[in-house]
Formats: sequence, C-alpha cells, structure tokens
Amino acid sequence: MSTNNLAEQTAAFETINGVGTVDLAVQTVRDLNQALHDQHKEMTIEKWDVLNPKGHHNLAVGVNQKLKIDIHGPAGYYCAGMNQEAEITIHGHTGQGVAENMMSGLVRVKGNASSAAGATAHGGLLVIEGDAGSRCGISMKGVDILVKGSVGHMSCFMGQAGVLAVCGDAGEALGDSLYEAHIYVKGSVKSLGADCIEKEMRAEHIEELTELFERAGVTDQDPRDFKRYGSARQLYNFKVDNAGSY
Amino acid sequence: MCGIVGLYLKNDKYESELGKLFAPMLIAMTERGPDSAGFAVYGDAVEDGIKLTLRHEDENYDWAALAKDIEKALDTKVNWFQNSKVAVFKVGVDAEKVEEYLEENHDDVLIMSSGKSIEILKEVGLPERIVDMFNLGNMKGSHIVGHTRMATESAVTMAGSHPFSTGLDLCLVHNGSFSNHNRLRKELQREGIEFNTENDTEVAAGYLTYRLEQGDSLNEALENALKTLDGFYTLTIGTKDGFAVVRDPIACKPAVIAETDDYVAMASEYQALTTLPGIEDAKVWEPEPARIYVWERNGN
Repeated sequence: MSTNNLAEQTAAFETINGVGTVDLAVQTVRDLNQALHDQHKEMTIEKWDVLNPKGHHNLAVGVNQKLKIDIHGPAGYYCAGMNQEAEITIHGHTGQGVAENMMSGLVRVKGNASSAAGATAHGGLLVIEGDAGSRCGISMKGVDILVKGSVGHMSCFMGQAGVLAVCGDAGEALGDSLYEAHIYVKGSVKSLGADCIEKEMRAEHIEELTELFERAGVTDQDPRDFKRYGSARQLYNFKVDNAGSY
Repeated sequence: MCGIVGLYLKNDKYESELGKLFAPMLIAMTERGPDSAGFAVYGDAVEDGIKLTLRHEDENYDWAALAKDIEKALDTKVNWFQNSKVAVFKVGVDAEKVEEYLEENHDDVLIMSSGKSIEILKEVGLPERIVDMFNLGNMKGSHIVGHTRMATESAVTMAGSHPFSTGLDLCLVHNGSFSNHNRLRKELQREGIEFNTENDTEVAAGYLTYRLEQGDSLNEALENALKTLDGFYTLTIGTKDGFAVVRDPIACKPAVIAETDDYVAMASEYQALTTLPGIEDAKVWEPEPARIYVWERNGN
C-alpha cells in the first residue's frame, strides 16, 4: 500500500536540479497541491516550480511549510489561499482571492490581482506589484498588504487588523466599517467609506511603513509621501452604551 | 454562474481563423455553464438588404422552399445556406419586410438575429457539442461574442440561452441576475416590446432595444441600463463593428480583458484566454465597475 502511494506521489512531479517541478500541462492541480502538502511533516524539497499554470484555480492552496514556490504564469482564483510559512511568487496575474485567509509567509504577485486579494487573511505579507481589484483586504485580520499600484472600490472593508499600504490610488468607499486595520495611501482616494477618516501620520506610522517596505523589498517609496486612514470609531459596535443590549 | 467570452480583431490578420481561436475560449468556460451555449459571429456582411439567422425545430425543414416563397412574395433575390437547425438567409430587401412576411406566413420559423453581418447560433447542451454542431472552428469574421449558461432564473431551453438579439446587428450576453426584471418586463411590454421567455437577460436585451428605439446611442443606452437594471451582472454587447463590456457598480461578477496589437479579448476567467496567440505579452486587466468599455473598428 505504502509503495503504491509512493509511486503515485513521485509520478506527480519531477525533481530538476533539486527543484520540485510540476507541469500543469501534464499534471493536475490535485497533483500539485498533494505534492506540496506531502512536505508538511518533513521538508525534503524546499524549492518548487509550477509550470503552465494557465489561469487554473486553487494553485498552491493550504501549504503549511517553509517552501519557496514559483508559479510561472497567471493563476486563477484563490491562489496561495490559507498559506502558512511558504514564500509563494506568482510570475503573472492572479484571479480573485489571492492569499485569502493567509496565516503567515509571503505571497508576491508580479502582475495585477483581481478582487478580494488577501481577504480575511490573519498574518503574513502579501505584495502585489501591479494593481489590485475591488475589495482588496476585505475583512483582513492581521495580514500586511502592500500594493504597488492602485486598489479598487470597498478595499479594506471591515478591516480588523494589519496594514494595507497602497502606492497608487484607492477606489470608492475605502475602509468602510473599519475596525483597527491601518490604511496608508500615497495617491488619491476616490471616497472614504462609512466611519473611515484621514488621520495624522505620526512617527510610529512612518516607522511601521518603513519596516513594511523593508520586508517587501520595496526601495523606491518614501513613507512621508503617504496619508494615513483609520476608523473614527463612531459606528454602533464602538458605542459602549450598546454593550448592554446583549 | 455563467461564462462570457468575446474576441474582437483589430485588423484582418486573424479574420480567417476567428472561429478556430474562439472555439477553445467557449469550451474553456464549460465549468461555468454546462447547460447551453451560444455565440454571435460577425462577418460575411451583406452590402444591400438584410442577413437573417432563422431556426426551425425540424432539422429537415425545407429551407429551399422558404427561400423561393420569399423571393416570389417580396420580389427579391435570396441567398441562403443551412447550418444544423439554423439557416442564414441573405435577402435583398429591408429587415422589416422580411420579418413581417415571416410572421404572417411562416410563424413556425424563428428569427434568431437580423442585421448586415450578425449570425446568432445557440442550443442546449455542452459548449463542446454546440461548437461541433455549428462547425464554429471554420468560421471567419471580425468579432464574436459567446456565452455558456448555468441557468438560475429560468428554464434550460434554446430560447432561454444567450446571446439575445437586441436589434439590428446587436446582441447581449450576460453573467449574473437581475432582481427587477419582472416589473421592468411589464413596463417594457406596455411600451410595445415583446418577450418570448421568462428569462431575465431577455428583459435587459429588451430594455436596450427600447432605449435604442428611443434614439439613444449605444453608450447612452448602456448609461441608462446602469441606472435602471438592478442586480449583479457583467454584460457583453456585440455591435456591428465591435463589442462593449459593462459591469454593475458592485462588480461581483468576474471579467478579465486582454489586449494586444491584433485583438481585444474578454472572458469571465483568464483560463479562457490562455490559447490566444501572444497572450503571454498581452495587456491583461480587470474592467472597472460601472464603466462602459467599447471597442469598435470604425470607432465612435
């Protein structure tokens, strides 16, 4: 039985110069994710190349190991979802929900990302080198997101914790119903969402952004060019008088 | 869930391969819409008169006899060819004359589309089956829009599948659903617009037909549609010279666009674009909500 399993596993990828290589023109997304999950208990191959992704959904989802994964081309929905520990680079664009619910690790998108990038993510760092679509960082719970381009409407909606930094512009209703997430935008903001206001940029915020740029390997941005946005804490759930209702 | 795909050629480089490039795009959207599929292809334009796509339930229907009837009754020349249950008729008179004649004398013949170059072909079944049925791979033309359907608002029928004709050389494909289609249908019926199904997209198509009849330009009609249609949607509208793409202001329904020197392609998902030539170097982006994008060869 175990021999059979082993045979199946080895057929799912090739090892080229010590790099686990999965070619999605030949192998399936299931093969890819199983090969990556097989590294959970003990890491035998650190580096992975994914070839011919061609917009397939669910690539490198649920990884839980310090792997370095390069996806060579555009990915579909939910790429790198639920990531823990791994460093995943997408050399192309991604569909909806890249790095959704990420717990830790680093996800880097070399192209543009569609809507809901980093949705509900708890930790780790998401770097989008192009633009992100609508609802970037929706309900983020501790992830740090750096977008070198612009973000679409309703970004950071109900953001609870973590940092969303945008080097371009932000769309309508930025930070609507925000909790404690920190938002920094260098360019224009089309409109602020309910209860989101511009706040003073203090030394600790310059420090926070400086540290984020360092972690993301971004060297062409000056934190002093950014404006900070946060919660005015005026909505229902912030009023202590409402606590007695429960 | 449904899938939308569109391919518009900026020049004549790929015109003879339009169907060959488009067939895998439509098939790639099978998992978004396995119920039925259809497409509107633009090419082989008539200079004078009108081109109609006609359909009859009976695959052995005598199209030659119908062509003769029309020639005799309307004192004109008819060129025609058959493709499965559908026949394309090129008639040397106005659209209205032929349509009126067919309604009065051959009401078992369904008019799928009319215009100078449009042909609408759609059937129930897997996209791959529809591609084979109509021999899409051999089709030539300047642009084409298609749809794979996963029905939510109404029955799985040929009439309920997309594209919907919205006027001469115009058609509509839709991913999403409209929440105010029942009331809007009644309002449009009072204005004289006819509907054949319970389908919500047909209402949107009827609305565009109505606005265009009121004198709106395509852009104005779409601006008005953004105000009037309630729901979530990505729409692609085929026109005589190109196509337009619109997403609702919330933009829940997906869309991606790729552009090169030779073409503009749109799809619900990037997967549908991966077989296009030069896609690796194309400009790829997501269309913004509530913004009307139009690509047309004779630009306006």
